[in-house]
Amino acid sequence: MENRKVDDITYLKEKCKVIRQHIINMIGGAGEGHPGGALSAVEIVTTLYFRVMRLDPENPGWPERDRFIMSKGHASALLYAVLAERGYFPVEELTNFRRPWSKLSGHPDMHKVPGVEMTTGSLGQGLSVANGMALAGKYDGRDYRVYTLLGDGEIQEGQVWEAAMAASHYKLDNLTAFIDRNGFQIDGPTEEVMAVEPLGDKWQSFGWHVIAIDGHDIIQILEAIAEAGQTKGKPTMIIAKTVKGKGVSFMEGKAEWHGKAPSGELFTQAKKELGCE
Amino acid sequence: MLLETRELVKSTREAFGDTLIELGKANENIFVMDADLSESTKTNKFAARFPERFLNMGISEQNMMGTAAGLALSGKIPIVSTFAVFATMRAGEQVRTSIAYPNLNVKIIVTHSGLSVGTAGATHFCEEDLAIMRSLPNMVVIAPADALETDLAVRAAVEYKGPVYIRLGRGEAPVIYKELDYEIGKAITLCEGKDVTLIATGIMVGRALEAARKLKTLNVEARVIDMHTIKPIDKEAILKAVEETKGIITLEDHNVIGGLGSAVAEVVAEEGKARVKRLGIPDVFCTIAKPDQLWDYYGMSVNNICDLALSLINSD
Repeated sequence: MENRKVDDITYLKEKCKVIRQHIINMIGGAGEGHPGGALSAVEIVTTLYFRVMRLDPENPGWPERDRFIMSKGHASALLYAVLAERGYFPVEELTNFRRPWSKLSGHPDMHKVPGVEMTTGSLGQGLSVANGMALAGKYDGRDYRVYTLLGDGEIQEGQVWEAAMAASHYKLDNLTAFIDRNGFQIDGPTEEVMAVEPLGDKWQSFGWHVIAIDGHDIIQILEAIAEAGQTKGKPTMIIAKTVKGKGVSFMEGKAEWHGKAPSGELFTQAKKELGCE
Repeated sequence: MLLETRELVKSTREAFGDTLIELGKANENIFVMDADLSESTKTNKFAARFPERFLNMGISEQNMMGTAAGLALSGKIPIVSTFAVFATMRAGEQVRTSIAYPNLNVKIIVTHSGLSVGTAGATHFCEEDLAIMRSLPNMVVIAPADALETDLAVRAAVEYKGPVYIRLGRGEAPVIYKELDYEIGKAITLCEGKDVTLIATGIMVGRALEAARKLKTLNVEARVIDMHTIKPIDKEAILKAVEETKGIITLEDHNVIGGLGSAVAEVVAEEGKARVKRLGIPDVFCTIAKPDQLWDYYGMSVNNICDLALSLINSD
């Protein structure tokens, strides 16, 4: 059992490496995109799709599937890379990212990309949609789970707190949300632009079960998800401390790489650091 | 089919509340959502009957729209209700991005549209919704004239797959129809006439009929069209009126900018051969009075409609 676990973690780490390579190739190749917040959430989304969620890429509309909503839709490169690697569409299509007439727009469109559960991009809206899916699951007596990923800047939107209130009011324990706590939004550190701390206390006071983890530690991610699955009567918020631009030295912890593509020598360097061929 | 008397019956919102019960019985995928206004929107009737399929979202319209999207993505048919002003503006971007853009099967059925809240004041009036909603791709926009038409429009909206916006009023509405074949997008010609055409929507259909009755006593034959669907608009009915009458007057409980009048004028302008006069709220935030007084005050009195019709006919 322990060996199996080690194998799983090794496999997931390898997968994360491949996903990061896709992300930098997509954004660098397109000359635009959002690398910072895509790279910071790689372990979370990869772990969900390759280890946790009940899915069938051959049948994306399977009613019993677990759902994931990328509320921070600007991290589309991450979502597309994971979906392609998971078998929803050919990996070769990733080179179309943000190219004119392509289906892989800067923010994901559910009608264009197989596996995308919900069209997102305008911040603050994903948690409400996840609530609706979780409510329907409860009403229908289905045991699927709903996951969503929010940015730490995104939670400045008022709608997030409306949804936070509703999720605990309706006791949506089939809902697990993540905050990608990389500390930065496009204009700078969250605490300078519009302070979001104390983050855990806020969600706890809204009636959520709150777990704080290192968002790059796959074992901690798995344990937190397992804990969320056992939590009854309330939704769970996993606050995942991450590094913006994780894996590319000159992007790490820099707000300026929120929505900018590397070009020239920096693109070459980023690819090298991420082990691209 | 001209109204002989101005018989008032139940409001369109009462009709909506009753229809919801019928729909709830027939289709267990129907969910009804409200933002703490269920007594006013009459969704409380559904709530009492089907509590497990009624979601009170509290005073949070943005979250309500997103939650409706999530329900629709899970095979439900959410009917979302609140006042027109809050659905279309407080939660306008959620309606656009989380409902219209992904083309989800959500029905947004609102009450207290236009000036129907009378003395509540401009915060609660809604003279902008038709303009906003008809500019959203995928969105169907409907304004029923009376209780029966409301019933049929709500049923048609549920049958239709995709987002639909229906605007209802607050107060009692005159009876327009005893019976009706209703089809989304197909205008109803209430009476034929060759002199002038009155195209009205929602609560104003009753006034258009009254005006036509008065015009008849002045030997003017007015055609009256109930344009219950603002989008997709019935171009055929408009172009027929262009061909067969001397001019068109539009009538709506909405800003003259962007609503029915604009929609009709767009069709006519592209045809390039008819005159259109628009009656509606004259691009101001309105004062308070009883709704009938406000509609008169802002130029939609029966006398004013008749005067405008006469001047249009005689301006050759």
